[in-house]
Amino acid sequence: MNTLAAAATQTHGFLSPTGVEIAFLLVGLATFGAAIVTVTTRQLVHAALWLVVTLGGLAVEYLLLTAEFIAWVQVLIYVGSVVVLLLFGLMLTRAPIGRSPDADSGNRWAALTVAVAAAAALVWVVVDAFRTTWVDLDGAAQGTTAVTGSILFQHWVLPFEALSVLLLAALVGAIVLSRKSDRTANTAKTATTARTREGNR
Amino acid sequence: MNDVLDVALRLIVVFVAFLVLPLVVGQTEHKVMAHMQGRLGPMYAGGFHGWAQLVADGVKFAQKEDVVPADADRRIFQLAPAVALLPYLLVLLAIPIGPAEGAVGQVVDAGIFFVLAVMGVGVLGSLMAGWASANKFSLLGGLRTAAQLLAYELPMLLAAASVAMAAGTVSLVGIVAAFHWWWVPWQIVGALVFFVAGLAELQRPPFDMPVADSEIIFGAYTEYTGLRFALFLLAEYAGIVVLCGLTTVLFLGGWHGPWGAEGLGWVWTLLKTAVLAFVVIWLRVTYPRLREDQLQKLSWTLLVPLALAQIALTGIVKVAIQ
Repeated sequence: MNTLAAAATQTHGFLSPTGVEIAFLLVGLATFGAAIVTVTTRQLVHAALWLVVTLGGLAVEYLLLTAEFIAWVQVLIYVGSVVVLLLFGLMLTRAPIGRSPDADSGNRWAALTVAVAAAAALVWVVVDAFRTTWVDLDGAAQGTTAVTGSILFQHWVLPFEALSVLLLAALVGAIVLSRKSDRTANTAKTATTARTREGNR
Repeated sequence: MNDVLDVALRLIVVFVAFLVLPLVVGQTEHKVMAHMQGRLGPMYAGGFHGWAQLVADGVKFAQKEDVVPADADRRIFQLAPAVALLPYLLVLLAIPIGPAEGAVGQVVDAGIFFVLAVMGVGVLGSLMAGWASANKFSLLGGLRTAAQLLAYELPMLLAAASVAMAAGTVSLVGIVAAFHWWWVPWQIVGALVFFVAGLAELQRPPFDMPVADSEIIFGAYTEYTGLRFALFLLAEYAGIVVLCGLTTVLFLGGWHGPWGAEGLGWVWTLLKTAVLAFVVIWLRVTYPRLREDQLQKLSWTLLVPLALAQIALTGIVKVAIQ
């Protein structure tokens, strides 16, 4: 491990970054800034649009790491679908122009703690796992669709399928939750009446 | 230096195509619609059959005052046209028109994904415009746009996935290179689904519920004037060019044709694209507008199952011929 690290620092110095590394760092800073604005802005729709910038910045980072396929999927799923769904939901419910008075939460310190802890854990794991791994930018691209596909379906088939089942379960759960049959509506009503009666007593 | 020159030249060519082709489609639309409805269409501007009508329109738009409503969210309102238009320019970069090295702006390895992902971003422009206008008709238009996009993105992706499975690659150049004539009957259902879903994403008639002028004025673009409005219109026509080009490349074999093999492939691509653009205009004057519930029903109960059936068929044939 130590020799590996030494070899890595010999060929790739931290003090003489290449252009790609500088670009990676700058895009990362911009993404980080956009992410902070996303959670601190008082305007709900602006938060959703800053989220677009954040997710787009992540896609650029993937591109710089030569993971082209992942980058476009990121744009397709997150920017193209998730944020559109988010905006759709905002417009359907409440999206005033200007400041939203309720775009704030008393839980913000708890949320910040959880966020920092999660970020620290993730950064620690990633740094520990990939400390001496370098992406070879001069040779053949290492993150092309063909490479990603063959690795995914040869080495990671089980997690992939398990995730599919998980998503399917979430889908079924959403359908069950959104379906209001007469019986559940009735039980809900009886429960409310029972609670009211208890309250009266 | 040579590389820089090469890149600059490609960008300029794509940019010129981006500016010219939508105008050609727009002028064709004027004329084709006029003839289909038994009238003349614009006949005066420029002399010969009113060829300069769109140039005159452009001059008119540029002269108009650029109004931002008082209650609007100023910056987002002004940014929206750019967000709507730029994705189509980027997509045009990746569409190959010929087999040669110089016939595509930039070869993208995961071409299909790039194209569909970037096209999806364009709809954010309509959403931003609809929300930031501070106008209930605009907001309704934006809502309808979002609902339509969510419904039609899925069948479009599935249809594109089918052709990628058939070719065994997600690169646009690779897909056209792997094309054989019998792919057309094999993938015809996928092609129809892709084309219809693409029309719906562009909000072209008969899928123009989000901008239905007789109900909600012009949907998300109601408050726009002058150049910004013109940019939205340009985005619509650039969208037609991109959709027809993509359908050509994915399902109709791009530069392959019965004759004129070497060197003339780009003519075939442009010809097929032009025929598809004509079909887009034809559909506009032929079909009445779909109601909002009919729109959703068409996507979820017809196009999605058809696209899934096409994927199954593609898989079966692919395994059978191996």
